[in-house]
Order: sequence, then C-alpha cells, then structure tokens
Amino acid sequence: MNAGAEAKYEGNGGRIYSIETNRLNFWYGDFQALIDISISIPDGLITGLIGPSGCGKSTLLRCFNRVNERYGNVTTTGEIKIMGKNIYDSDVSLPELRKAVGMVFQRPNPLPISVYENIIFGARIHSQFGAFSKSETDGIVEQALKEVSLWEDLKDKLKSKATTLQLEQQQKLCIARLLPLKPQVILMDEPCSALDTKATHAIEELMSTLASRYTILIVTHNMAQARRISKECFFMLLGEMVEHGRTEDLFLSPQDPRTADYIEGRYG
Amino acid sequence: MEANRQILEAELEREIFTHSQTLFTQTAKSRQEQWIENLVKTTLLILTLLIIFPLILIVGFLFYKSLPILSFEFLFSNPIRGMRAGGVWAPFLGTIYLVVVSLLVATPIGVLAAVYLNEYARNNWATRITNLAVVNLAGVPSIVHALFGLGAFVLFARMGRSILAASLTLAIMTLPVIIASTKEALGAVPMAFREACWNVGASRWQTIRQIVLPNSTSGILTGIILQVSRAAGETAPIMFTGAIFFKALDEGNIFAYNIFDQCMALSMHLFTISTQVPDVPEALPYGTAVVLLGAVLLINAVAILFRVYFRSRKKW
Repeated sequence: MNAGAEAKYEGNGGRIYSIETNRLNFWYGDFQALIDISISIPDGLITGLIGPSGCGKSTLLRCFNRVNERYGNVTTTGEIKIMGKNIYDSDVSLPELRKAVGMVFQRPNPLPISVYENIIFGARIHSQFGAFSKSETDGIVEQALKEVSLWEDLKDKLKSKATTLQLEQQQKLCIARLLPLKPQVILMDEPCSALDTKATHAIEELMSTLASRYTILIVTHNMAQARRISKECFFMLLGEMVEHGRTEDLFLSPQDPRTADYIEGRYG
Repeated sequence: MEANRQILEAELEREIFTHSQTLFTQTAKSRQEQWIENLVKTTLLILTLLIIFPLILIVGFLFYKSLPILSFEFLFSNPIRGMRAGGVWAPFLGTIYLVVVSLLVATPIGVLAAVYLNEYARNNWATRITNLAVVNLAGVPSIVHALFGLGAFVLFARMGRSILAASLTLAIMTLPVIIASTKEALGAVPMAFREACWNVGASRWQTIRQIVLPNSTSGILTGIILQVSRAAGETAPIMFTGAIFFKALDEGNIFAYNIFDQCMALSMHLFTISTQVPDVPEALPYGTAVVLLGAVLLINAVAILFRVYFRSRKKW
C-alpha cells in the first residue's frame, strides 16, 4: 500500500468511496439473490467480500458492471454509484461502464488468441478500426505486461497462444488485459482459487502493487487471504450484508455472532 | 539358538510366500467378468466390420463395374443417343450448380439464425417452440419439401422450374440441419470466453464476430459438409422443381447453365438411365454413380480442408 492511498483513506477530509450501493435488491427470476444491500467501498484500497457459497458475493460483484444482465431474466432495484455516478441512469453506456469496471475470474479465462491480441483486445473493441499504429499497440502491450510483471517472461512469447501459458501467467494476463482500458475498479471473483500457493502469493503481491492505482474488490473463500490482503472486509450471508469493517476488527472482534461462527469455520 | 532362529525365519518366509501365491489371482467372479469383457469386445468389433464391409463392397463394386467407361471424356461429354452412350457432363454440372446455389442460400441464413437462437434469444417459450420446430423440420420427408418447393417457388413466386427454384427447395430442406449443427458448434465454445469479452465491454456482436464464430468454424463446417452429400443425393425435391430428363450442354464450359434454366442432375440421371430408358449399357449407370460419389467427395474434401485449417488454429 503506498502512502498516497493511505492518506486518502485515513485523511481528515472524509473518505472517498468508489462504489456505493443504496438499498440494492436483485432477483434471478423469482429468486431474490441480494436483499437491501447498502455498502460503501473505499477508493484505492483492496476490499474483501467473504461469505459461504451461494450467499450472493459473486452476484453482487457482477452487479457493479451490470454484466449480470447478460445472464438472462434478472431484476434490479435500488442504486449503485460508481465514482459517484448511478450506473442505472439512462445515459449510462454499458461498454463504457465495463471499460471502467473490469473483472477477473475464478478460472483464468484468456481468450484463445495470442498474448499480444489478448492485451490489445479491449483497447481495439473500444476504438475505431485502425485507431492505433503498430508502435502504439506495441507500447500498450509492453506497459500492461510490465505492470503485472510478466514482460520479462513473455516478451519473446507475445505471438504464442494465451491459453497455453501456465495458470499463474494466464491469471496475470487476465489482469493485464484490463489495464489498457484504464479501469477505476477491478473486481476479482476468487482470483486465486484455481492456483497453487506460489501462484496465489504472486497474484496477491500483484494486487498490492496495483491497489494504489485501482480500487480492488475481491471475493474470496479463503479467510487467510482476506486477512492478508484486504483493508476492509464485508461479510455476506444468504443475500444480506451482515457486517463490515476494517479487516482486523472484523476478524478479531466480530460484532455479529454469525460472522464469528463463519470466520471460526463453524460453517462455510 | 541361532539355528532355531534360522528355521523359524525360513518357516515364516515360506508361510508368507505360500500366502502370496494366491494373492491377486483370478476368482470365479473376475474370470466371468473377463470372459464377458472379451465377448463384448469381439462382438463390437464384428459389428463395426459388418458396417464397413458393405461400404467397401459397394464402392469396390461400383468402380469395378464402371471401369470400362470411366475417363475424363466420360465426365466432360454430354449423354448421346437417347442417353445410351456418351458421358455425364450436363448432369454433373447440374448437380454442382444445385448444391452450390443451395449452400450459398442455406449457409448464411442457417448460420445467422443459429447465432441468433444461441447467442441472443432469451430462454422463453417462443425460443423453445422455435427450437422444437427446427428439430422437427429436419425430420420432414424430402418429398414434402419437394411439394412445398413446387408450390412456393415454382408456382407462387413464379420462378418456374429452374435451378433457382430447385436450389431454394434444397436449401429449405438443409436449413434445419445446418441450424441445429451450428447451434451445437456455438454451444461448444466455452462460456468463459464470452464472459471475458463482455467484461471488457465488448458487445454481443463483437464477441460473436471476434471470438465465438472463429472458434466454432470447424464445427459449423462439419454440419454443412454433411448437408452437401444430402443435397447432391436427393432426387425428389429437384424432380418437381427444376431437374429435367435431358439437356444438351456446352461441353467443358462451367458457366453453361443459367440459374433460371432447368438442369440435369446426377441423381435424377441415374434414376432415368436405370429405370426409364431401355437398352442402356451396364457400365453407364455405374459410371454415373461413381461420378456422383466423386462429386460429393470433391465438395466434401474442400470443406474438410477448410475445417482442418480452422481446427489447427483452435486450441484451449
């Protein structure tokens, strides 16, 4: 965590929130997956989202770039503000929203094209054909790969298929391909659960270096991981937000007995 | 003492040894299972050979019977003397025209309809009924398609009996299968790729155009390839809508047909010279059959080359 973000967080000018929800309700068909969620997620920090399987963590995450709507029959009520703007306003363009709010998945899902094309894919679909010269795209790819410290490993493999890389490299690539879009928020849905411990460590380290520039919201099943990397933590259960607070407070002295039971592993 | 111990050890060893003799050996049950296993394997092998055997016989027999007549001249000359001699140029070219025109119509419509059904359509009753209709249409007998083509294209749309009307009839016949197989190919593209695209802000069409279609091309082509053989082999749908018994054609000119003309076709020509014309030399129908087979294989081979090319680009 760098000093700037720390100052933003603890400064006396009040906190800055990248994501705020107000009485957010969400249904898949008749099933209510999110119930009256009102939360504020601080800017420029890593925030953790924990809770047992099926509690709505991933659903909540997918609300923040409205990609939920691609999965069929869903209903949303309430308000979600990203950088102060309600994303359900009628003038919101979904491609622009998703550009600003990127997502990383549980299983690394690089596209079945080259490493180079994967990185440039997002930038290409958001610009006119031929908007970038070769040297510009080269620069974008190099910078994005450097930011996730993959450049040294992959600079000679830019033409190889991204799906043939090691899992750790694939996941870093999935993070790198968001960066050319200059996102404000990066949503991570259990980004390490398909990875081994060494790769998990590498991804966590990467998250810490990125946290100063991007707001990161991570869903995780791994309590230890939530404790290691998040500054703030939210605990969800059966579609409801049970408790939130600074990660250390939440883990050391949970206020709600359900939170205590969960983090002590009595259910999960 | 020492001797005692040695005896004891030897005995112990023997005991372990005798015991291990029966270890992992067959029991009555495992012997029975082994026997069944062998029986099943042999039966399946025999059944598979039984399927391949007639195929080899048919192809071999065709070639053997047609050997006296097969030549380039046979392929590139018109039937003469009331179809009792000469070659198969006019029907050969007719079949190529029918297949190509019908594919040109059916492929884009079928593939795009499948893209809509698989990528855009919501899972509601209208979609489900459409899917059901597609599956059922694939099972409609070709003679019914023929009557539909006669009514809709030849009479109602005033195309008359022509290559166009016959090709459209064939296209209607092949469409449902192309839609069904394309949907399957699209469905085989992992959802994760679509999610990856959507989450960087790609529209549905950008996702389909850049990721989904390129990665399902080999599957889509497989479906189309199968329809080539079907379109080339069917006689009923073209008999009422555009095929004629005889037409003299410019030999060797591949543009000899106009799509508003009627044409000869190999399948119908084969039917004609086998059953309708007396005193046809025996080799002639066999030669025609070989050309039909060869034409289908030729079109398939081109499609297979495409498929191999696209499959080599796909890896995940």
